[in-house]
Amino acid sequence: MIKINDISKSFSDKQVLTGISGEFEKGKTNLIIGSSGTGKSVLLKCIVGLIQPDTGNVYFDLRNFTEADKEMKSEIRREIGMLFQGGALFDSKNVEENVMFPLNILTKMNAEEKMDRVNFCLKRVGLEGVNKKMPSEISGGMKKRVGIARAIVNNPNYLFCDEPNSGLDPQTSILIDELIMEITHEFDITTVVVTHDMNSVLGIGEKIMFLYKGSKLWEGSNNDLTHSGVKELDDFVFTNKVMRSLKDAQITGNSK
Amino acid sequence: MKGFGRYMIFLGSLFVRRESFKTYYNLTLEECVQIGLKSILLFMLVSSFMGAVTTLQTGANLVSPFVPRFIISNVVREMTILELAPTIMAVIYAGKVGSSMAGGLGTMRITEQIDALEVMGINSASYLVLPKIIASILMYPLLVIVAAVCALMGGYVVGTLTGLITPTEYIYGIRYGFNEYFITFAMIKSFVFAFLISTISSLKGYYTQGGALEVGIASTQAVTTSIIAILLADYFLAYLLI
Repeated sequence: MIKINDISKSFSDKQVLTGISGEFEKGKTNLIIGSSGTGKSVLLKCIVGLIQPDTGNVYFDLRNFTEADKEMKSEIRREIGMLFQGGALFDSKNVEENVMFPLNILTKMNAEEKMDRVNFCLKRVGLEGVNKKMPSEISGGMKKRVGIARAIVNNPNYLFCDEPNSGLDPQTSILIDELIMEITHEFDITTVVVTHDMNSVLGIGEKIMFLYKGSKLWEGSNNDLTHSGVKELDDFVFTNKVMRSLKDAQITGNSK
Repeated sequence: MKGFGRYMIFLGSLFVRRESFKTYYNLTLEECVQIGLKSILLFMLVSSFMGAVTTLQTGANLVSPFVPRFIISNVVREMTILELAPTIMAVIYAGKVGSSMAGGLGTMRITEQIDALEVMGINSASYLVLPKIIASILMYPLLVIVAAVCALMGGYVVGTLTGLITPTEYIYGIRYGFNEYFITFAMIKSFVFAFLISTISSLKGYYTQGGALEVGIASTQAVTTSIIAILLADYFLAYLLI
């Protein structure tokens, strides 16, 4: 479980995050949603330690990450896997080397064990036979899968995904979402996904935190979305006619 | 001053939370190939022509019958060892290797590859930059030696083929009044320039923010700042060591 407490962050005189607190549960896909520029990615980067928050603390299973010494931070970071928006694969390394990279740096496995683990992870994300391909030779969806394989190769306790669906077609987006959810349940890890993709919100949002103008406005699950009573959330989620009719249908169904 | 402070902090960050020796060893070897072997042809070509042109121009200016012809190769030697090989080659090195370092690191920054390293608990500055600096310090002096030899050979070929100087005169001029300290001085300059180019270029690339345009700007700034630093260091080293 990850707990955040009173996280605030500003850049120059622009306040990006204001006093955000909450919990991300183990074995669930926890979503941080909100429109562009609300501070979702900044919050995620504060949680993983890429940005130092101005105030507040982040706890990884009761371990205070924000105030931890370098040793402890390093130890916690080795339990983290992260999927970046563009995949962030190393251009100079092929798929296999990319996935193997955390094992080379963080473990003392022998070559055979590493190869087995890499092949297992690539198989798990549905990518077999692409070991020797370079990142420039594979599609956006495949890059995301390789990114996921690299994120889980070291058996992380915490998985972070920054807009895993950006730039993907709806069908591939759903496949990536399902993969993230399956992996979360299969390995019982704490997964935090930043997204503004409505399919993800409705499909895998077991726990959702809604940010609006740098503040947390609502928290709940995808089942609670229709009766949140928060206008800003309704405006964000149920923007188009299809989504509004879905909401109406659900409310009507519930009342019956 | 702010920029200098940032530079010093950046240098300090290279030596904390280091990875294993084996990791650096492998990365440094890879960088040596990138920096050294892949630059050697350019260095040989440029320095050979530089030596040839210096020989022709020196010959054209030494018109007095009282000045012996071996002075041509003597002048070429002094110019090559003291300035052309270490300093002018450093400008070329900044253009080729420095811009590549800044561009590479800048691209890694904007595509979140550096963030990916940090999330894994790796000190990205140390992991990515330290091998480049070590490889640069190892390879650039070797490139300077190659460049100096090629420049002197270029001068020999052109000088003798054009009949400006005989082979015996050229060799005599090369050996005449040779001061070994100038080689030491050239090597000191090479180490200093290699350090400056690799660290300045890495700094510019590492802290790139934005997109492709900013990566281009970082590469340009890396070359410009490196050249200014080379010229300043050249002046101070000459002032202090000669």
